[in-house]
Amino acid sequence: MQPEFLYSLRTIAYIIASATFIIGLKRMGNAKTARNGNLIAAVGMTLAIIASIFIHVNKTPEGYETVETPGFIYTLIFAAIVIGTVIGWLTAKKVQMTKMPELVSMFNGMGGACAALIGLMEFHHNLNNTGALIAIILGLIIGSVSFSGSIIAFLKLNGTMNKPIRLPSYNIINTVVMIGVFAFGAHMIFSGTQSTTLLYLLFASALVYGILFTIPIGGADMPVVISLLNSFTGLAAAFGGFLYDNKVMLTGGILVGSAGTLLTLVMCKAMNRPLSNVIFGAFGGDSAAGGNGPDVKGSIKDMSVADVAVLLNYSKKVVIVPGYGLAVAQAQHIIHELEVLLEERGVEVKYAIHPVAGRMPGHMNVLLAESNVDYGKLVEMDDINPEFEQTDVVLVVGANDVVNPAAKTDPSSPIYGMPILEVDKAKHIIVNKRSMNAGYAGIDNLLFYDPKTSMLFGDAKKVLTEVVAELKTM
Amino acid sequence: MTEIINFIGNHQEIIFFIILSVFVGVEVIGGVPTVLHTPLMSGANAIHGVVIVGAIIVMLNADPGDYLALTLGFLAVVLGTLNVVGGFVVTDRMLEMFKKK
Repeated sequence: MQPEFLYSLRTIAYIIASATFIIGLKRMGNAKTARNGNLIAAVGMTLAIIASIFIHVNKTPEGYETVETPGFIYTLIFAAIVIGTVIGWLTAKKVQMTKMPELVSMFNGMGGACAALIGLMEFHHNLNNTGALIAIILGLIIGSVSFSGSIIAFLKLNGTMNKPIRLPSYNIINTVVMIGVFAFGAHMIFSGTQSTTLLYLLFASALVYGILFTIPIGGADMPVVISLLNSFTGLAAAFGGFLYDNKVMLTGGILVGSAGTLLTLVMCKAMNRPLSNVIFGAFGGDSAAGGNGPDVKGSIKDMSVADVAVLLNYSKKVVIVPGYGLAVAQAQHIIHELEVLLEERGVEVKYAIHPVAGRMPGHMNVLLAESNVDYGKLVEMDDINPEFEQTDVVLVVGANDVVNPAAKTDPSSPIYGMPILEVDKAKHIIVNKRSMNAGYAGIDNLLFYDPKTSMLFGDAKKVLTEVVAELKTM
Repeated sequence: MTEIINFIGNHQEIIFFIILSVFVGVEVIGGVPTVLHTPLMSGANAIHGVVIVGAIIVMLNADPGDYLALTLGFLAVVLGTLNVVGGFVVTDRMLEMFKKK
């Protein structure tokens, strides 16, 4: 076949793929069409990959030329794709729903590393082309930051790295390192150096910056960080597209870059914190050191499983507030069983979903949907807040900061201003927690000392199973 | 300064392209319910896996005798595939749970 024809064929494949990315993202914005949207984007991606492998034609000023590639390189490419597919597929299928945020972070890191490796390999091929060098170096830096940052986010989410680690005046250190990395990058572009050592040194310093960038940020803010790193990887992919003048990489990369940035800002808005605050002034950081926490008045009331069961049984309206503790305890099925049991006895049951409950926005929805909770029972914060006054019992399961009244009443609190679920307006509040430890933001919760609040200590799955058993005897 | 102005003039198509794509990205996400933020982030994550196309191009252009380049290229294709396949499959698993019963 004519090289020109093949080139055009590949271009068509790229155009279709770009369109599927846009359509796919659009359809993912609606619960009904979301799954189909994901599938459409996946088909487009497959098309782009196949076209890239099988049509290797370059456009030169003299015309189109088919490039011969040795067979063993094709073998290597196929082997790599098979390995990646098997590992990616199995991991994605096997991992528990509660571990999803970690997994997204990990896959994001892989994409970042891929972009960084491309930069490492292309540098020496483009020494005389400043435009290409800019794309290569920026892709390398951003890809590396995204890679090491995602790995840290992964470790934080899966609990390996629990506490935020803050070097003294980490903000200054981080800013200096960031400027240093970019200055180093500029040197690589404009000095005409050919040093491989320097190139790898740049790679290493960008990796270090990714670690420094993520390490002081608390676990509760990880969703925002992952979303941000996600858009970084998109940007790195777009630089790759610029380098190869490859439009499908450009569309895919820029779409994710801009959409990811917007998503990040939306998440920050849900927490009522500017992005700069998430990155530079992490929760419980220096800024909050002034306030010694709220004045604790009153005492904690403990409640037995039997009393909880009685209280729930004789309520008219119960609202369940799920949090990360529910995910950790894998209590999503038992909470659904409790809900069904109560509904059978004429109790109205709803779930109140805070926008940032769990480790990712929508985390609770995914989890509860897994246990077949009716989509219509999940009520978002603004809709449920006016209903708390008519609610007999609020059952808080493994949530803390999202129900902390300090966000409304205590200006010195680090979460002051964050919209919360106003559960303290209900007649009774039952809080299930494993212990009296503070929430992720590391601050005390006045709600627990409210005279209307009773504590139900223990692992969510275990105590809720006991409550259900108790209810069945009534 | 002249260089920058000329650079823009010589690359105008791609610059128009970038600006339009940025706005498409923003528009396409606008008004998405909170419930879908996690799957959407995950879906977007899979889409930037398109970086694998770059890794494939690197491999196709690699010097057959350059083992370092081939090794790095191989690794890049594996990582890119992980991003694409893992990303789409995880998103599908999340969204499967939203289907109407």
